[in-house]
Amino acid sequence: MSIDSVTVTEPVIRLEAVDLYYGTFRAVRDISYAFPANAITALIGPSGCGKSTLLRSINRMNDLVPGARATGRMLYHGEDLYGHGVDPVEVRRRIGMVFQKPNPFPKSIYDNVAFGPRVNGIKGDLDDLVEASLRRAALWDDVKDKLRQSGLALSGGQQQRLCIARAIATEPEVILMDEPCSALDPRSTLQIEELMLELKTRYTIIIVTHNMQQAARASDETVFLTMGDDRAGYLVEAGTTSDLFTNPRSQLTEDYVSGRFG
Amino acid sequence: MQPNPSTVTSGAVRRGLQGSGTHWPSVVFQVLLAASLLFTLVALLVLLADVLGRGMPVLSERGIDFLTAPLSSDPAKAGVGQALWGTFVIGVIVVGVAFPLGVATAVYLEEYATGSRLTRLVDVNIRNLAGVPSIVYGLLGLAVFVGLFKWLGLGNGRNVIAGGLTVAVLVLPIVIITAAEAIRAVPISIREAGYGVGASRWQVTAKLVLPAAFPGILTGIVLSLSRALGETAPLILAGAVLGSFSSGNADLLGQLLGPYTALPMVVYRWTTLPQDEFRQLAAAGMVVLLAITFAANGLAIYLRNRYSRVW
Ligand SMILES: Nc1ncnc2c1ncn2[C@@H]1O[C@H](COP(=O)(O)OP(=O)(O)OP(=O)(O)O)[C@@H](O)[C@H]1O
Ligand SMILES: [Mg+2]
Repeated sequence: MSIDSVTVTEPVIRLEAVDLYYGTFRAVRDISYAFPANAITALIGPSGCGKSTLLRSINRMNDLVPGARATGRMLYHGEDLYGHGVDPVEVRRRIGMVFQKPNPFPKSIYDNVAFGPRVNGIKGDLDDLVEASLRRAALWDDVKDKLRQSGLALSGGQQQRLCIARAIATEPEVILMDEPCSALDPRSTLQIEELMLELKTRYTIIIVTHNMQQAARASDETVFLTMGDDRAGYLVEAGTTSDLFTNPRSQLTEDYVSGRFG
Repeated sequence: MQPNPSTVTSGAVRRGLQGSGTHWPSVVFQVLLAASLLFTLVALLVLLADVLGRGMPVLSERGIDFLTAPLSSDPAKAGVGQALWGTFVIGVIVVGVAFPLGVATAVYLEEYATGSRLTRLVDVNIRNLAGVPSIVYGLLGLAVFVGLFKWLGLGNGRNVIAGGLTVAVLVLPIVIITAAEAIRAVPISIREAGYGVGASRWQVTAKLVLPAAFPGILTGIVLSLSRALGETAPLILAGAVLGSFSSGNADLLGQLLGPYTALPMVVYRWTTLPQDEFRQLAAAGMVVLLAITFAANGLAIYLRNRYSRVW
């Protein structure tokens, strides 16, 4: 492979020997990986192997779970996300999140998108920002005439795009997505995937998915986790998506991506 | 074993679908349920009819005069003016004291101090406090609030503020419990969505959780307000006057620090007097008290619907 065929980017997020615990239970063990910038990385693996746990600890969302803790180092541009004096609120502003179940606020469409900029004190024209975010989430044409209506009155796929618009309105650098399409029909799923491909020019995306076609279609890199005998998830194999799917080095990976296991 | 569809006649299918006839236990159960509903309704209606039947003549005859006249030993002149004032002030104090304190406590317990052993201990104790007989709160009011005002040199300390504070403390546990339940009912996904866009805990609480919990909190507030306005026992101890008294030409401060009474007290007092006319007055007083309670509940329902619609 010639050197100019790969985009060499500095990793945005680098995990070093990360262990994640709920109380005394170790849910994830010894993960080291560097997530490349402006790329989509898929996290795949069987149910319960700790994908959500890993994702949620990257933006310190798991701080909200009593007893959850992390060891090892998680670096964001070289800075330890769990370092002394780091404010989780600032972390989450830079590392946004889209959840499995669409969860719009019980507010108007406009207020849903404007919420993040408002709480973060972002200056500038809010109307423009809301429009730009909705456009980038491919929702503007659907909702431009009903911005004052409740976000809960939208269809599931529209709600999820609203949640994506809400996430990008705070201009994060990284967007974490935990099975964002699992509640959606195939058409909405494809729409979200197209959206992700557009978004990756501006954002770094890490997505958890159970859908192998989705991982193969939409991601640049894939990380495969599975559970050990201690029920702790560990990293089996990671690399470019095409490599991992066509040339898996591990038998576990091959079985999983071909659907024989998990 | 499934019968082969082609051999099943339509008559057999119909009989199968119709089941084997009446299921007696469920019929009996249903009748029992309906009977208990009927019992409750009838008891309520009889009570209402009785009170209205005896109270309405007084109300229609005396009209506004009954609502404004002071207490008197002459049944033709006696009214609930002073009692309405006392009940109003107590209501204001309850709203002004118990609700901010109660909601703030609930927010702290649910959003800030979750999971610690101390929180659980406090939680259990608040639940127990909600079950403490109201007379005990009367003793507390006598010892603390009446004592405080007396110590401050404000008359004998038996004033409407002491009474209001007593009732406020009495309903505080109910306010805390209902508010905490309303806050807990807000889905965790809403909170996570808020944190996910970089909101602080305070912002999530103030802008997402409290508005979403507001209808539930409001219901709790009105329920406890109705309870507060109907309480008699603690007020007897906290110094409400049972006989008649004169507020004279006292100014607002004088009225707040002078002798006071409240609607349920007056109703209770009138039922104990020998003259028959006073029992009719008592019934009229009850009608007024019921009207206030219904109005408060109506307001709560209106506000709840209004605020739910904002979404
Ligand atoms: N709040 C929690 N408290 C305790 N244990 C938890 C908690 N959340 C998850 N776990 C445990 O951590 C392990 C990993 O869970 P996690 O939700 O990260 O798995 P996952 O890979 O996302 O699974 P799925 O594909 O089903 O979503 C599981 O064994 C789970 O039981
Ligand atoms: Mg998961």
